[in-house]
Amino acid sequence: MNGLSLDNFVKRKVLAVQEFTEYLTNSIRHLFTPPRYLIDTLIQMDVIGFGSLPIVLLTALSIGGVLALQTHRTLSTFGETALLGQVVALSMVREIGPLLTALMVAGRISSGIASEIGSMLVSEQIDAMRALGTDPLRKLVSPRLYATVATLPLLTVLSDFFGMMGGALVSMSTAHLSSAEYWNSALQALHSEDIIQGLTKPFFFAVAIALVGCYFGLHTKGGTEGVGRATTQAVVGACVLILLLDFFYTKFLMAIGFF
Amino acid sequence: MDSLIGESKPALRDGVPEITPAVELRRVSLSFEEKPVLDDVSFRLGAGETLVLLGVTGSGKSVLLKLILGLLKPDSGQVLVDGQDLTPLAETELFPLRRKMGIVFQEGALFDSLSVYENVAYRLREEGEKDEEQIEHRVREVLRFVELEHTLDKMPAELSGGMRRRVSIARAIVSDPSIMLYDSPTAGLDPVTAHTINVLIAKLRDVQGVSTLVVTHRLADAFVLANFMYSPEKMALVPAAADGATGRSFTTRFLVLRDGLVHFWGSKEEITSNPDPYLRKFLA
Ligand SMILES: Nc1ncnc2c1ncn2[C@@H]1O[C@H](COP(=O)(O)OP(=O)(O)O)[C@@H](O)[C@H]1O
Ligand SMILES: [Mg+2]
Repeated sequence: MNGLSLDNFVKRKVLAVQEFTEYLTNSIRHLFTPPRYLIDTLIQMDVIGFGSLPIVLLTALSIGGVLALQTHRTLSTFGETALLGQVVALSMVREIGPLLTALMVAGRISSGIASEIGSMLVSEQIDAMRALGTDPLRKLVSPRLYATVATLPLLTVLSDFFGMMGGALVSMSTAHLSSAEYWNSALQALHSEDIIQGLTKPFFFAVAIALVGCYFGLHTKGGTEGVGRATTQAVVGACVLILLLDFFYTKFLMAIGFF
Repeated sequence: MDSLIGESKPALRDGVPEITPAVELRRVSLSFEEKPVLDDVSFRLGAGETLVLLGVTGSGKSVLLKLILGLLKPDSGQVLVDGQDLTPLAETELFPLRRKMGIVFQEGALFDSLSVYENVAYRLREEGEKDEEQIEHRVREVLRFVELEHTLDKMPAELSGGMRRRVSIARAIVSDPSIMLYDSPTAGLDPVTAHTINVLIAKLRDVQGVSTLVVTHRLADAFVLANFMYSPEKMALVPAAADGATGRSFTTRFLVLRDGLVHFWGSKEEITSNPDPYLRKFLA
């Protein structure tokens, strides 16, 4: 009996992964065939990209500031506070900018997508959509996927910049560096591989954010209560997936000798 | 358990030649995670006829409607719409068949992010209609039919329950379906509002000849549809016989689902005169 239910559990998980993969390839394939829902995609870009701007920029600014504060303590014991710009820039661009932006957006967007699609599912709006001749994957999933993929890299660039700004403010007020000293050190430290690394990650993260949100929304079970559950699962799922992707992508880049 | 299937075959009566039923289920079974929901269900809905589907909550009525639209696939058996079996069809192949059908879901299932106008226009836009004048003309026409032309710019959240059902009817009929499916269209409505919904259902059936399948728990509604027909002159329901028609009950059939099985399928006379205790309890 126990063995059987474990068997069933594993079978269900394997099926879910299989289904997710199929749904990933379908959503990408839909980019190349009509009908495409352009207006829906633009609306989603506004919601996802523009809507996330305040929280993403605020987080970046404060993290950049804190990073400068913390490293300033260490660096000042060696008398190397001139390196502040470099530390902040490298950490932001390589790792903290992409990761933090993705996690913040996952908190806002994966949950939003899951609850929106989940409520549509339990109120039979998705059935209604299909009855009226629409493929919900095209109408709901693809626009959210494209919008997230298009906006997350831009948000990441802004987040990197605001992080460095936060670092600059602290460096100038606490470490008494001049603005030129800080930005020189920051910009000289950045090499193309840092920038490429930092700007390719958001594409993977964006796919995780949108598809995990849609997946849990479309698999909502049991009424309004289920919508709440789907929302939580979507955020947790997206965040875990982002962290895993971050780790393995970094490992991968190192393995191929990228840096 | 014996199922009580009416003797008469609907389409063959009075020498009327057999025509393709609008909807036919042949030995359909469906389980969800090993729990059987429908078991060997068969019935027909003749073109222009009315089928009233009765059953307690959870007896599989909504699932049955979704099977007819191809939103769910049966584990076994066939679902035929206008004679075409939709069980082997892929989602995109189902779209032309779904064009023939309109459905009103239990709570209306209006798209809450879209205005009434956009909800009703939805199908036209999906079908590639670009001419905004054409769209507006048609949207106004069907909203006038359900007497809600003044709500054009409202959002679904601003409407009452009865109005939402009526907008949902308008959305379903915008591209002239020949088959209408209603899932508990009067549930949770006061008797007056429920009556306006029944009048609309009868009007579509009697004026436009739409084949009608209505799920309901309210037996009163079922008998209104069986005993009355819509008179365009009086713009109201009149007793079926008084209109000179051959009697509506002739084409109104009843299907009672019980624990996923067809417990009864037959005419009004057959259901009202049947001594079966479960039916008696249901009709009480
Ligand atoms: N998508 C689904 N997944 C699993 N079980 C379902 C699903 N849809 C319906 N059911 C189950 O099927 C049974 C019949 O449901 P339904 O057709 O909605 O009943 P009703 O007659 O009240 O409309 C219920 O027990 C319900 O829990
Ligand atoms: Mg139901």
